[in-house]
Amino acid sequence: MAKRIYLDHNATTPLREEVVEACTRAFRSFGNPSSTHFEGAAARAELEGARARVASLLGADPAEIVFTSGATEANNLALHGGMSARASGHLVTSRADHPSVLEPAEWLERAGVKVTRLPVRLSGHLDPSAVVAAVESEATLVSVLWANNETGVLQPLSEIAEAVKARGALLHVDATQAIGKIPVRVDALPADLLSGSAHKLNGPKGAGFLFVRRGLDLEAWLRGGPQERRRRGGTENVVGIVGLGIACELAERELPQRARRMAQLRDRLWEGLRDKVGALRRNGSACDVLPNTLNVCFEGAAGEVLLEALDLEGVSVSAGAACHSGSTLASHVLLAMGLSPEQARASLRFSVGHGVDEAQIDQVVGLVPDLVARVREAGTL
Amino acid sequence: MSTTAKLAEPGERILVAMSGGVDSSVAAALLVERGCEVVGVTMHLAGEASRCCSLDDADDARRVAEKLGIRFYVANYTRQFRGEVMEAFADEYLAGRTPIPCVTCNRRFKFRHLLDRARALGASAVATGHYARVERDPSSGRRRLRAAIDPAKDQSYFLFDLDQAQLEKALFPVGGMRKDEVRAHARRLGLATAEKPESQEICFVPDGDYASVVEKLRPEAATRTGEIVDTRGRVLGRHRGVHRFTVGQRRGLGISATQRLFVVGLDAAANRVVVGEADDLLARKATLEGVTWVAGAPPADPIRATVRVRYRHEGAPAELRLTGESSAAVDFDQPVRAVAPGQAAVFYQGDVVLGGGWIAGSGR
Repeated sequence: MAKRIYLDHNATTPLREEVVEACTRAFRSFGNPSSTHFEGAAARAELEGARARVASLLGADPAEIVFTSGATEANNLALHGGMSARASGHLVTSRADHPSVLEPAEWLERAGVKVTRLPVRLSGHLDPSAVVAAVESEATLVSVLWANNETGVLQPLSEIAEAVKARGALLHVDATQAIGKIPVRVDALPADLLSGSAHKLNGPKGAGFLFVRRGLDLEAWLRGGPQERRRRGGTENVVGIVGLGIACELAERELPQRARRMAQLRDRLWEGLRDKVGALRRNGSACDVLPNTLNVCFEGAAGEVLLEALDLEGVSVSAGAACHSGSTLASHVLLAMGLSPEQARASLRFSVGHGVDEAQIDQVVGLVPDLVARVREAGTL
Repeated sequence: MSTTAKLAEPGERILVAMSGGVDSSVAAALLVERGCEVVGVTMHLAGEASRCCSLDDADDARRVAEKLGIRFYVANYTRQFRGEVMEAFADEYLAGRTPIPCVTCNRRFKFRHLLDRARALGASAVATGHYARVERDPSSGRRRLRAAIDPAKDQSYFLFDLDQAQLEKALFPVGGMRKDEVRAHARRLGLATAEKPESQEICFVPDGDYASVVEKLRPEAATRTGEIVDTRGRVLGRHRGVHRFTVGQRRGLGISATQRLFVVGLDAAANRVVVGEADDLLARKATLEGVTWVAGAPPADPIRATVRVRYRHEGAPAELRLTGESSAAVDFDQPVRAVAPGQAAVFYQGDVVLGGGWIAGSGR
């Protein structure tokens, strides 16, 4: 197969070589971190090393990091654990949130929790005053998706956070897409809970974490052992967590140049497409956005088909959300922003990252206009 | 290698509609063996409840695609399928007809939407697992639609209302094979679908319970109770909606009678089900609408043809006359049983499909 151009780094990222090496080494250290003996202690050391690396990237205390299987589990732990400690609770989230928050929210709603789902503007932004107005009492948990996975749009988080905390409510931040792309520091942000995942920043799948601020009483959601200070039962995925740690260490070291590099490539792609393709628009804010993400509506061209056409030419992008069978549904995020179903179905997400270079971007800019014309002409929308 | 696969050239990009069954799996395999760049697509048509194009079938198709080393996608057509096929299906039943959604699905989905997709993806044709043959007539350059080699499996009936432009882009790689050969080929290649049982039902009608599908799509259907009458108009009983009946049906009438009774007519306007004896089902004539000529321009009439009035009908010799731009009258040489409005009447000369139309009415 010809060399592929991977522009879907918001779905998942390729592993960094340093991560592969660390994980390979960790595979041989097979002990159970809960065991007292030599092998257990060695595995425990690996685990705690990773915890320190994650904490360092975030400006957290290692004791505040709870390892999970990924951000979905971290979000579930934040919502279920966060709500169980709040009698007659109230959850505030947004219509443009990730399914790993929306679906637990639905479940909690059926269990009697009041759920408020805030709208977003055409820019993809929440209205901070609406968030604050939605906070009813100290029994409220506000969950904010900092960087949207589909549009990359960044919420005005410090404004929201200060106001939420001023009212004494709990704040959960899903920072899965933000980590490794923009500075994410819990010493500068008054979040109580914050989720992240290794595979979005060149780490392995199956490892993530929830930051739980010291002093917060969070009930376990996955019960079955004393691990993670009783906040997450089950033997830890040591190999994956080691990879997460290294990925965080690399992110901490490289963040400013990494973000600059992503923005260069993303902007080059946008400018190229804008100059060569007619009737297209960028979805969501172009200023408050992750440096790596570009969501574009190609009016009148079916995104699902465009994705396949690009794939057949060796380029990987994303369109909407995958349904149960693997076909594509119009993005609920774009619909929540007020795009029409036709516009939502005509949209593609390009997300750059490690390994992408200018030559690849130029190749894509060269390909897209013809493919868009072909897809539009075939009238498949 | 079957003759149809030869209509594709090595290196050509071909889109294969993969249902997750053995026939379309082998269709894809034959084109891969031919050297084509095959792209497999499973059409996600009906919702999760449907038997075909379900999660499991898409998974089967994906497994086959992986085995064959081809790219594979699931294409979402649920929005269009609901309006263009499922609701139209329900409306036909409510109008007292017995629809065949598969014909509509072939014309509008496999050979329109999917053909559009093929164009968008730079593919030159759409192949399916249908048992039918398409050939190029060397003298006229036109495409000819023929019945499959395997008469027990022939599906040309379901393809009658394609047009020449669609046929030119259509490939039926297994149409020149018998079913056992298809299965043997799948087994040889180790395809996951080799032993998968045949699907006979309409994909979005689980367990053949079409009445509840109609009622789900058109809830008012359930409230339209009416009378069951005999051919002289005498009331024999009540029914729970004309959509529950098909001409020729014997079971589920809920009337006791000394002789066997059959549904012989459905009068949707009067909301009546007409029943009669076996002889009342015989028709010498039928009127057709929506007549199309897949073989090309309509021949000068009257023409002689073998006419099949439902999928499992062996065909009856008849004379056809055009009565309008897209309507025709059929005179059968011998009476034909259960000519049901809404079904297709498909014209054959030998194994060549000339065209066909939709049965609007029948008479003695």
